[in-house]
Amino acid sequence: MYQEKIKLDWVTIGLWLAIMLFGWVNIYAAGYNADHSVLFDFSVQHGKQFIWIAVALILAVIIASTEPRVFSNTAYPIYGIVMGLLVLTLFLAVTVNGGKSWIDFGFFRFQPSEFAKFATALAIAKYLSTIGIDMRDMRTKIVAAILIAVPAALILLQHDTGSALVFVGFIFPLYREGLSGNFLIIGVAAIALFVLALLVNKYVLLAILFGAGLFYLFLWLNKRSMRDYWRVAAVFACCAMFIFSVDFVFNNVLEPHQRGRIDVLLGKTEDLQGSGYNVNQSKIAIGSGGIIGKGFLKGTLTKADFVPEQETDFIFCTVGEEWGFFGSAILVTLYVVLLIRLINMAERQRSPFARIYGYSVASILFIHLFVNVGMVLGLVPVIGIPLPFFSYGGSSLLAFTILLFIFIRQDAAKNQLL
Amino acid sequence: MSNQYADRSHVVKIIFIVIGVLFIGRLAMLQLFNPKYKALGEMQSLRNVTQYPARGFIYDRHGELLVHNEAVYDLMVIPRMVKNLDTAYFCESLGITLDEFNDRMQKARNYSPYSASIFMKQVSKEEYAKFENKMFRFKGFYISQRTLRIYDRPIAAQVLGYVGEVDQADLDRDPYYKRGDYIGKSGLEKSYEEVLRGIKGKKVMHVDVHNREIGPYRNGALDTLPVEGSNLYTTLDADLQTYAEELMANKRGCVVAIEPSSGEILAMVSAPTYDPNLLVGRIRGKNYIMLNSDISKPMLNRALIGQYPPGSIFKVAQSMVALDLGVINPGSGFACDKSLVGCHNHPSARSVQEAIKMSCNPYFYQVYRRVIQQGKYKNIYKDAQYGLTVWHNYMLRFGFGQKIDIDLPKSGMSSGNIPDTSFYNRWYGKERWAFSTIYSNSIGQGEVTVVPIQMANLAAIVANRGYYVTPHMVRFYGPDSIQNEEYHKRHETGVDRKYFDIAAAGMYDVVHVAGGTARRARVDGLDICGKTGTAENYGNDHSVFICFAPKDNPKIAMAVYVENAQGGGGTWAAPIAGLLVEKYLNGEVKRKDVEKMYKEINPCQKLPLTRRVKKAKKRG
Repeated sequence: MYQEKIKLDWVTIGLWLAIMLFGWVNIYAAGYNADHSVLFDFSVQHGKQFIWIAVALILAVIIASTEPRVFSNTAYPIYGIVMGLLVLTLFLAVTVNGGKSWIDFGFFRFQPSEFAKFATALAIAKYLSTIGIDMRDMRTKIVAAILIAVPAALILLQHDTGSALVFVGFIFPLYREGLSGNFLIIGVAAIALFVLALLVNKYVLLAILFGAGLFYLFLWLNKRSMRDYWRVAAVFACCAMFIFSVDFVFNNVLEPHQRGRIDVLLGKTEDLQGSGYNVNQSKIAIGSGGIIGKGFLKGTLTKADFVPEQETDFIFCTVGEEWGFFGSAILVTLYVVLLIRLINMAERQRSPFARIYGYSVASILFIHLFVNVGMVLGLVPVIGIPLPFFSYGGSSLLAFTILLFIFIRQDAAKNQLL
Repeated sequence: MSNQYADRSHVVKIIFIVIGVLFIGRLAMLQLFNPKYKALGEMQSLRNVTQYPARGFIYDRHGELLVHNEAVYDLMVIPRMVKNLDTAYFCESLGITLDEFNDRMQKARNYSPYSASIFMKQVSKEEYAKFENKMFRFKGFYISQRTLRIYDRPIAAQVLGYVGEVDQADLDRDPYYKRGDYIGKSGLEKSYEEVLRGIKGKKVMHVDVHNREIGPYRNGALDTLPVEGSNLYTTLDADLQTYAEELMANKRGCVVAIEPSSGEILAMVSAPTYDPNLLVGRIRGKNYIMLNSDISKPMLNRALIGQYPPGSIFKVAQSMVALDLGVINPGSGFACDKSLVGCHNHPSARSVQEAIKMSCNPYFYQVYRRVIQQGKYKNIYKDAQYGLTVWHNYMLRFGFGQKIDIDLPKSGMSSGNIPDTSFYNRWYGKERWAFSTIYSNSIGQGEVTVVPIQMANLAAIVANRGYYVTPHMVRFYGPDSIQNEEYHKRHETGVDRKYFDIAAAGMYDVVHVAGGTARRARVDGLDICGKTGTAENYGNDHSVFICFAPKDNPKIAMAVYVENAQGGGGTWAAPIAGLLVEKYLNGEVKRKDVEKMYKEINPCQKLPLTRRVKKAKKRG
């Protein structure tokens, strides 16, 4: 078989390494105890994470030396196996932090939902890259939606809202492959309406929407057909139904702690000891970092357990407190550069499978970044979700590494095939 | 597949960048433009741990240690850390019941399960020694050391004062204090609080969300070491003080002894007194209530607070004023006319010296009349106003009618009362009073009241022949022997020295010459000069005596006041003063029988003397 030299994208690998190591430094700092400052104690989190990083490196090397076709060929089996594991999780799971997403293997615990992300990415890439599939077909949309919705639903059943939310990210690869931009707009509009419906009186909101509709019809359009009237009327009706269903969804579908977190975010309540505690503490920790931060291991708040989940979901607080504005802005920039880089890499792929998969990787990482940092900064309701490559946790680090390196491997082989 | 949607990559990239910029903007808002978070952060993660300095010691004038510190141990508990405790064994080791244990644990838990609270306060060294080696079995408990005052000699309780926890007023007044701190509550502990307390040190500790200390903040860069309190070197003579307290046992009253040349207070006794060790440690609360509710008010320092009619000792001051004004001369004689004012039986005095010796009431009636009614105005009322104002000014120069500027807490101290014109105007109305209205003052009765320290000061004025140095309790303090100049001021009475020689001679006669009223104060070889007084009272009269000795170059001036003592100044106060002077000047008292008698008897009971002295009206 014709084989060209593999050209790994070292910029991406460099970003991956930088984020991972900076993450480890912060996990060490978050759990730092002056009386017990052994660097490699494998019973504590930074020690364990060190092992995970080592495993991730080995995994990266293995994936990098695997034939890229293996992944496209086994996409559906992998998807099937992971879906099976997710179902199994529902029966075998142990409860951790209110979620039932962990399977205990005795020597280590494993979170199948983390692996559902790359499995779904593989399946979507595989499906959409099939010859003759067109995103504009209703059938394609439905199948794609099912591929995404099944793992999301299974994960929701595990009470892991954060991980389920990640699957919203697949809207980007679908959009890239031809899904109407209206879906993006409708999505954003729905979120905006949801927030407005909770904040503003519903009838006032309806009146404003009605006014906007009239404005569109009689001032915006020069010529109006009967179809325009019907369209505006339909949109208005949908909005009205949506607005009135918000209360129902908010009060009946969401769980109390989720309602509390949304209320806090919207400033409707200020429950600093309850729902608002985490975010308030996290804002205090970050805010106290100032411009250059308190310095490595000098953080006073994150070290003192004021910020909960400081090694996992709230790890960004440690960055904010110890490394200040500079450190945290650099970290955010690193992530954005990585995301842009991934999109650019995806665009240079000749194989649609690799492109779609690349978009999926970037989107999954983006949703994690958006929800995690947004939550820590008090912009998004509190949803437990790790910061990729950064938060403590073996399953998530390994799953993200697999996710990323499958793409890096595809990219390296872009000249190999076709 | 076609790449017809390749442009859509820009939309996706723009969304990513917008979110990134949004986050960085939010970070800038939190970290750069909002100081609130920084302040909140420091408030909740750092704790200032106070390091208490040892309180300064207090010494007597010969360097004998009066007050020092003793280590005691607070048994602390962190409820959450208590594990596998053998409760029965623990209770047995501490000598508490299981109920007490549960009670104390519940209190500690209510305060905080995570931070330390006191399980048992002030465990003594002996008690601590008993379970020190068992401590390892009591996880979650530890010992915190603190110091308590300790008094080797149980003397001078009211002068030394006591130390207690700060109250709200202290906290409001001085930000140095924090809740739970100790502060001098009375006496020298209060007036020299800032000298004795030292300066607290501070350790900034890093605490976690459960308020547990994690370690020093910034490696102790902000920490300060405590500065030990300075020692006080007082003017007290511990032996004299002890002896005076022994003599004043079973009596109410006080003794103040001053070194006239320096104003140093050698002894200050307020009886009944108490053992200062009673107001220390765990027993304080109970004892405080007991002492505070005692009707004889043992915690009051009568020497500074008591306002008594001075009685006949006042005649010394009266004669000095009259002589200095020239309204009488040293050789003036007045008949002992009992129709004016009661007196005891004695020949009429032919001179000031004789009048002092015999304490003739009508004599001083005449003297005071001449002071008040000097004949400057035809109108006797106006004349009396003028005379009283002149007299009042003299009295102030003698240290009467105002708080003595002693270095003990001024609050609660009395000024005594020397009536002035406005006083009588208020009482009787303007120009509605004259000498005849106020003549009782002439013999130290009536509206005049004097504080015992002022009486001792009067003795010092005569001893110095015309001036006094501000009486004070502390010679110097601290390692640099700082002297408070404020308390070493010399105050002149303005009365000529030669008149004081007359007073001194008269006071010598009181003790030494037949017909003198204080023969019992006499000590062979010591030229004690004194003046008795018997102050009328609703109950039994008060017995008062002032004296100084030796007559020339005096070393000690003293006032002894015995409340409700049947028998007058010569019977009670004078002999006690005599014993004290003997003790101070000779170092020991030879007259053991006299000493024993005065130590034991209670003047409120029948007199144990062989020769009973009849109680005479206005006897001086």
